[in-house]
Amino acid sequence: MNLTLKIWRQPDASSAGAMHTYQLSDVSPDMSFLEMLDVLNEQLNEKGEDPVAFDHDCREGICGSCGLMINGDAHGPEVTTTCQLHMRSFSDGETITIEPWRSDAFPVIKDLVVDRSAFDRIVQQGGYISVNTGSAPEAHSVPVPREDALRAFNVATCIGCGACVAACPNGSASLFMGAKITHLGELPQGQPERDSRVVNMVAQHDHEGFGGCTNIGACTAACPKEIPLDVISQLNKDLRTAIRHGH
Amino acid sequence: MDMPDTVSAAEASASGFLDGDYDDAAGYYTPGTPLVDTKAPEGPIAERWQNRKFEARLVNPSNRRKLSIIIVGTGLAGASAAATLGEAGYNVKSFCYQDSPRRAHSIAAQGGINAAKNYKEDGDSVHRLFYDTVKGGDYRSRESNVYRLAEVSTNIIDQCVAQGVPFAREYGGLLDNRSFGGVQVSRTFYARGQTGQQLLIGAYQALERQVSAGTVTTYTRHEMMELITVDGKARGIIARDMVTGAVETHLADVVVLASGGYGNVFYLSTNAMGCNVTAAWRAHRKGAYMANPCYTQIHPTCIPVSGSHQSKLTLMSESLRNDGRIWVPKNQADCDKDPREIPEEDRDYYLERIYPSFGNLVPRDIASRAAKNVCDEGRGVGPEVDGVRRGVYLDFSAAIERLGKKGITEKYDNLFDMYERITGENPFEVPMRIYPAVHYVMGGLWVDYDLQSTIPGLFVTGEANFSDHGANRLGASALMQGLADGYFVLPHTIRDYLADGPFEEITEDHPAVVEARESVKGRIDHFLSVNGTRSVDSYHRELGNIMWEYCGMERTETGLKKAIDLIRSLKDDFYRNVKVLGSAETLNQSLEKAGRVADFFELGELMCIDALNRRESCGGHFRGESQTEDGEALRHDDEYAYVAAWEWAGEDSIPVLHKEDLVYTAIEMKQRSYK
Ligand SMILES: Cc1cc2nc3c(=O)[nH]c(=O)nc-3n(C[C@H](O)[C@H](O)[C@H](O)COP(=O)(O)OP(=O)(O)OC[C@H]3O[C@@H](n4cnc5c(N)ncnc54)[C@H](O)[C@@H]3O)c2cc1C
Ligand code: SF4
Ligand code: FES
Repeated sequence: MNLTLKIWRQPDASSAGAMHTYQLSDVSPDMSFLEMLDVLNEQLNEKGEDPVAFDHDCREGICGSCGLMINGDAHGPEVTTTCQLHMRSFSDGETITIEPWRSDAFPVIKDLVVDRSAFDRIVQQGGYISVNTGSAPEAHSVPVPREDALRAFNVATCIGCGACVAACPNGSASLFMGAKITHLGELPQGQPERDSRVVNMVAQHDHEGFGGCTNIGACTAACPKEIPLDVISQLNKDLRTAIRHGH
Repeated sequence: MDMPDTVSAAEASASGFLDGDYDDAAGYYTPGTPLVDTKAPEGPIAERWQNRKFEARLVNPSNRRKLSIIIVGTGLAGASAAATLGEAGYNVKSFCYQDSPRRAHSIAAQGGINAAKNYKEDGDSVHRLFYDTVKGGDYRSRESNVYRLAEVSTNIIDQCVAQGVPFAREYGGLLDNRSFGGVQVSRTFYARGQTGQQLLIGAYQALERQVSAGTVTTYTRHEMMELITVDGKARGIIARDMVTGAVETHLADVVVLASGGYGNVFYLSTNAMGCNVTAAWRAHRKGAYMANPCYTQIHPTCIPVSGSHQSKLTLMSESLRNDGRIWVPKNQADCDKDPREIPEEDRDYYLERIYPSFGNLVPRDIASRAAKNVCDEGRGVGPEVDGVRRGVYLDFSAAIERLGKKGITEKYDNLFDMYERITGENPFEVPMRIYPAVHYVMGGLWVDYDLQSTIPGLFVTGEANFSDHGANRLGASALMQGLADGYFVLPHTIRDYLADGPFEEITEDHPAVVEARESVKGRIDHFLSVNGTRSVDSYHRELGNIMWEYCGMERTETGLKKAIDLIRSLKDDFYRNVKVLGSAETLNQSLEKAGRVADFFELGELMCIDALNRRESCGGHFRGESQTEDGEALRHDDEYAYVAAWEWAGEDSIPVLHKEDLVYTAIEMKQRSYK
């Protein structure tokens, strides 16, 4: 395949960026999207041009490092991560536009690399169960209904990639946050801190500059792990309950 | 640097060290003094850990805040340690190269984690898990360490469940278990195909909780580039801020390396792209011994290479071998045919043929080598890459007939989709193609029973150390080891070291600190100034090919010697001809890779020397010269029941080999047989 790539280049956080156009030929449909960028980078290096920076690590769709806006879609046209997208999803002669996640809360570091540390800071505000090492009771002492365990698992698969934020016109991280609230809120172990967790995480979310949710659903459509929209309902419900409890 | 601890050739030969013809590695190393684990506990095996915990001195809670700990790595081994030591009140700094601690490579583990809970009442016990692990490691691990691992395994599950790790459960709400990797009891806990992810998120959340409590500070996008030693003790690290390029000095009372495995020395592996040996190798060059570096695990069920663009390999869970049948065509002429058109009588179900009792479920190394052999014979399938077809069929048609498409989907969840996404072929219609790939390294920095390396104040945990898996690792036990080390072992052993505090104050202008910092800057400047013609990746790929060819599934004296020559000249060329663009002051991914590949060259050479020295086949290490008449691995306990611990002797010197004898008191050594 022969492709025209339009890629956002930005030397660092403080400099202005711009779209650059590159031609790439002999792309195999069996390549992953990132392998296609590897080939481009190899050629740029050859020519003495700085290679395109992008985040990636596992290349298996599980670490959440990768994430590109591809033709305006977070992670591109398929329901998967950028690293698991393959070139057979594109056609010969196509022009592909590649940009970083766009969000005030995710400033660009270089080219396609953004700073997502806001997610860690949201987790710091209660995205955990307080149990010191060694103080845990026997694992079988608290049975968990299979349904609850399954739902907790399904939403716990969030990889923290940030596609939901990038896709959302409001730049909201409600899907990411709702996934964590639901994961821990479904389990008996998560109950004692349920109120404080939601109140503190939401406060941090707003403080980081993520926007509010207006139920558009672009987040869940872009989510590679198919986190459902109703985790946001759960988030809102938990918040109402916490406020009723006087938080 | 201190003079290495060596013995003269005469002494060595008197002690039987240079045993005549068999020392294939003669000339590639210097014999050193024997190595003894001075922390090795005594007494009945079941009491050793309890005794050690009791003997390890305590640190007064009010003093802990004044003691500082650097932990490099936020995988299961690092995050669990950082959280636990933070909870205990120490002053912890945690480092990772990713943008968040949650992205460490442990996230990718699929199958599960072992623990001797015996919830199934199927005869499991601490002793049985211990026994299986030592046997699985082909009697090349240290029995006290393995016993402790089995002992604390049950606490891990309690801890993770309390943290909210959503393990699979049965209808009654209790935890489910499965049997894994050919063992006969069901002791593997799992969270669908994402166990590593769920365990790591649990540890990550515990870590972030400590960040908010103020006991742990995280340094993400920071790469450790050098270890700082002062008066022979580890006292900090030099790290590069990967965003600003700043070369930073971080001082502490003790340093923990939980930096993962080095499988990426092979370029293609199932490891994450950033996995590296730099943290461990820099420590090695400062005096930490590297143990059994050649022990590599090659996993039989990975998706084959599809072309020269390939950047990494993807594992398909081993559980697939429970239902899939492995075959290749009997005749070379059929290799490019549609497999569905090859009649039953023209198929060679070679594992079932050679190993009738275990069939497709033979251990990982046997399945891997058998696949290599049939492809070497020219009977491989799939696309030709560099003139050879490297793939065998994993065929589910019988299982699909038996269980239906729905049954298969329920059992294997998203694996079939994953395969289709990567290859573009639907495995419900065409048999899957698989091929072995590098997956895990059992070798790593040498540690004593306390997990302390040969540098006082430097502790090593998780895949980065060598301690628990011997020459081969059982499925679902790396996750167990990472969490055992971090939650339950290190926090007890490290306090014995910290009890010597407060330690002498050192400052950033201490000559040893300045020297470490300047050497890092010098290395960075060198890479940026060569301005040669070849990219870092092209060197890495070539090194990987050499390693895979000569230090992969089968190793021979001639091959290894050839590999050493090839690596040496490639390394020379790299330093003179690599092309790294950009500047040191910004995010520069080529520069990051250059540093890692430079260390892989040195590691690769040592792996070959280690493999050369070990003229026996054991676990994942198969020496062509040491096999039975029908091609099975042959171990030599009389000569090789030792840990090979290598000491760095300087840039232009050959390494020094120290041997630690392996002594078994609680278990008897047996040769394995799967026929
Ligand atoms: C695909 C796959 C599937 C697997 N499945 C299983 C399974 O089912 N069960 C099982 O038990 N095991 C499994 N394993 C093995 C297991 O996942 C690993 O051995 C284990 O997770 C390693 O954990 P760790 O904490 O030691 O290191 P890692 O998780 O690799 O973490 C290393 C950490 O060190 C940091 N680091 C490394 N170098 C530097 C540096 N120079 N500077 C700063 N930071 C650095 C990284 O940022 C990272 O945080 C699997 C492995 C793979 C590849
Ligand atoms: S909710 Fe989905 S899109 Fe958002 S961070 Fe998690 S996995 Fe990514
Ligand atoms: S690189 Fe890990 S999810 Fe894409």
